[in-house]
Amino acid sequence: MAKRIDVGGLTAYYGSHKAIEDISMTVEPRSVTAFIGPSGCGKSTFLRTLNRMHEVTPGGRVEGKVLLDDENLYGSGVDPVTVRRTVGMVFQRPNPFPTMSIFDNVAAGLRLNGSYRKNQLSEIVEKSLKGANLWNEVKDRLNKPGSGLSGGQQQRLCIARAIAVEPDVLLMDEPCSALDPISTLAIEDLIGELKERFTIVIVTHNMQQAARVSDRTAFFNLSAVGKPGRLIEIDETERIFSNPSVQATEDYISGRFG
Amino acid sequence: MASTTQLDIPPAPPARPRRPGSTGRAGDKIFLSLSRGSGILLLLIMASIAVFLSYRAATAISKDEGNFFTTFDWNPAGDPPVFGIAVLLFGTVVSSIIAMVIAVPVAVGIALFISHYAPRKLAAPLAYVVDLLAAVPSIVYGIWGALVLVPYLEGLNLWLDQFFGWTYIFEKTEVGVARSLFTVGILLAIMILPIVTSVSREVFLQVPKMNEEAALALGATRWEVIRLSVLPFGRSGIISASMLGLGRALGETMAVATVLSPSFLISLHVLNPGGGTFAQNIAAKFGEADAFGRDALIASGLVLFVLTLLVNGAARLIIARRKEYSGANA
Repeated sequence: MAKRIDVGGLTAYYGSHKAIEDISMTVEPRSVTAFIGPSGCGKSTFLRTLNRMHEVTPGGRVEGKVLLDDENLYGSGVDPVTVRRTVGMVFQRPNPFPTMSIFDNVAAGLRLNGSYRKNQLSEIVEKSLKGANLWNEVKDRLNKPGSGLSGGQQQRLCIARAIAVEPDVLLMDEPCSALDPISTLAIEDLIGELKERFTIVIVTHNMQQAARVSDRTAFFNLSAVGKPGRLIEIDETERIFSNPSVQATEDYISGRFG
Repeated sequence: MASTTQLDIPPAPPARPRRPGSTGRAGDKIFLSLSRGSGILLLLIMASIAVFLSYRAATAISKDEGNFFTTFDWNPAGDPPVFGIAVLLFGTVVSSIIAMVIAVPVAVGIALFISHYAPRKLAAPLAYVVDLLAAVPSIVYGIWGALVLVPYLEGLNLWLDQFFGWTYIFEKTEVGVARSLFTVGILLAIMILPIVTSVSREVFLQVPKMNEEAALALGATRWEVIRLSVLPFGRSGIISASMLGLGRALGETMAVATVLSPSFLISLHVLNPGGGTFAQNIAAKFGEADAFGRDALIASGLVLFVLTLLVNGAARLIIARRKEYSGANA
């Protein structure tokens, strides 16, 4: 069940350092939203506030609110563990559980959430691996360790693991930056298919990638080193890359800085 | 830089000829011979120890009138000489098993607490205190065990006998103070706790951040993160740590000799006083033994050596078999 994300006045800290300041935006369900911006502008930090992973870092804390449909993820009494079960995440480096088989990797999230019968589990694992376009490559070696796959396959395994629990939102933190162009293409195609079912937010350093996969693009920037990152603008991807309304965005996408 | 191409560059002086296969540097040669010499020296020492021990042991065993492996007696000075390691082997293995059963779970628990639960301000001092346990000399453990642990354990022994006597193992059939294999096991557990804890802790701290975040992002609680990421990654480390501890437990001498009241009996009632271990037996008898008696003790020491070797080999096998799944190739 894809859900809408509504962020209001969000500020995040690392200890006393303010990493991002006063960010508000809306992410529509069943769409892909890309975050672009120079290194250190806080786009990854912002992404990690959307599933409460930011506070895992020692000293990390957040002010403001994130509404998933109408429920505030930072409301009192909301357990961050439950939040992370409904907002899935894929990381920069593929991180399958190295000691687990391919099957167990995909089933890991399901086993955390409750008990499933064996055939039920196999069904969901097959469906998730098919959803991640990995099924045909691994169906004969589901019991082999996930760490034996190639980098691109591992990343698709991580996507399968994330979508197996049917999250409302899928967050991707530079999911292709450690992959070769062919694997990157496979993931980008996959993102196009996944947005039929999920709300997807992707951080990327690759502006062509943002242009290729996303419906909307948000540009983040920081005024100086050590200053908090801010959202400069968010708009239809086509508009951001052809006729952005802020000069800084145009400078960035045309390569004049950053 | 571009201008240099236009200058006349004098031809390089002809290189000093070098002998093929030689680096031509004195430092390299010296270091090479030093390190090679140390390696060879080590092998020579090992080999001569092995030859010496095997020779002396073989001499003793050949004159043993009892069966060296099954005799429940140690009397090399008798006529005919009769001695066997059955009791020592049993006592060594049983006390070490008791020590492992107690120490490994506790050590893993402490290591997890220090690496993943304790606030930073508490973690460092706690790790230090645990390491400090390793600095206590084993004779001090022995005295403490004999003076404090033995009297205090009598209550526990009664309780175990009353409620778990039906297990046979915890049935106490002989009266007497708790100078038993069970007490020795507890003492050994305390002694191997620091090494098992600190090695496990180091391994747990090396779990890659991204492995833990993988579990967190799936909605894992702290315990589930440990179960999914930390323990599987640390499995081979825990095994190595346990084997280091086991090595110490098998060979521990003074503490065991101080606590145990030795006897040449095998009893699965671990609460009963009596029993013996290889190292304890050697320490107790070496001083007053004649040349032949010493050879007999050396033979028992050789068995302990082989036992330790087997344990280490088994540990390596376990680790190697799980290699494909280990965190090392993540």
